[in-house]
Amino acid sequence: MGIGVIKLKINEQEVISREGDTILKAAKEHGITIPTLCDLDGLSNFGGCRLCLVEVKGSPKLFPACTTPVSNGMEVITDSERLKKYRKMAIELILSERIHVCSVCVANNNCELQDLANKLGVDHVNFKRDWNTHDLDTTHEFLVIDRNRCILCTRCIRVCDEVEGVHVLDLKNRGKDTEVIIDLDDQWGVSKICTSCRKCAKVCPVGAIYVEGQPISQTRDKKIAEFVLTRRQS
Amino acid sequence: MNLENKPRVATVWLSGCSGCHMSFLDQDERLINIAAKVQFVYSPIMDVKVFPENVDVTLVEGAVANEEQLELLKQVRERTKILISLGDCAVTGNVTGLRNTVQNSVESTLKKAFIETADVNGQIPNEVPKILKQTVPLHEIVKVDYYIPGCPPSADTINYVLTELLAGRTPNMENRSKYG
Repeated sequence: MGIGVIKLKINEQEVISREGDTILKAAKEHGITIPTLCDLDGLSNFGGCRLCLVEVKGSPKLFPACTTPVSNGMEVITDSERLKKYRKMAIELILSERIHVCSVCVANNNCELQDLANKLGVDHVNFKRDWNTHDLDTTHEFLVIDRNRCILCTRCIRVCDEVEGVHVLDLKNRGKDTEVIIDLDDQWGVSKICTSCRKCAKVCPVGAIYVEGQPISQTRDKKIAEFVLTRRQS
Repeated sequence: MNLENKPRVATVWLSGCSGCHMSFLDQDERLINIAAKVQFVYSPIMDVKVFPENVDVTLVEGAVANEEQLELLKQVRERTKILISLGDCAVTGNVTGLRNTVQNSVESTLKKAFIETADVNGQIPNEVPKILKQTVPLHEIVKVDYYIPGCPPSADTINYVLTELLAGRTPNMENRSKYG
């Protein structure tokens, strides 16, 4: 075996991976799907949505596949009744935290959260919904941020920092009060640093950041970060 | 078949737009099959005033927004074997629940809706059932047996759930439910 080559098992299947790779990457390369929300190819790993939790034999804990590195002899299970239960719970918690109303959302039918809820069979939410509202910012010429729909996946923040390289977006506060902010919590319209590149709107999995007057299906471009990254390296 | 042996089915309309009932009717010719197998005992499209006893399956559209609906839902639960939340309003609160964002009190909600946002002749209605502090989905008040999300749920999904239940099977909503 060469240096840096890692041998592990995912769902009983023998898998070869590289040192430093994550379980999620190894699984993806071998055609094994693990549900994710905050993960996006080309961006750094965040581990915030807890959708990609997997079981590792020998440990009672669950591990986020997107941030857990592979190791030799590891035996990973990506689908079980227990994982299904926790994934459903994660979706329910996200749905109960902000005001997610699909029928009046710009992202209806183009939403990763909605898709996952449907796929995982989340037919109702057991947690009481928090109806606290968060600010909506429509001051930018065409970009809109509706924090009531935000799931705090931080894709927009990472794409703004790592791909566009301007770091206009960031987080403030903690827990359920956490919000995506522009500059030092200014209005988007007065930001002098924002390049209006729309990458935040392209990667938003829900309807939190969108281009005004444009259907989400046209704005959305999940491959943008990976595309820029490959271009830079070549 | 003797009418009395057929399962007794009811549909109820709370705070919703009636779209779910439209979707129910969109089952089209399949309704004939269902109608042959069941006995409809209560529905907004029937002239029955009081929710009857011993109902087997009740589909409830809409969320609970006022005291009248709260009372009716409790009555429905008492008199029904299988209660189904039909549509996003019943399951999540949906559009009818958006008023919950005005959180201070019933008075401020009414003021916002009927005075502040009125174009002309703003006044708070007083001869209608009193609204609750929040519009809530059904399962926050009573036990719900099955959920059919959707705004509205498709006629196919409604038909699937009814057919499965009438055949004595448990409907599996994985990949069938759809919010929005």
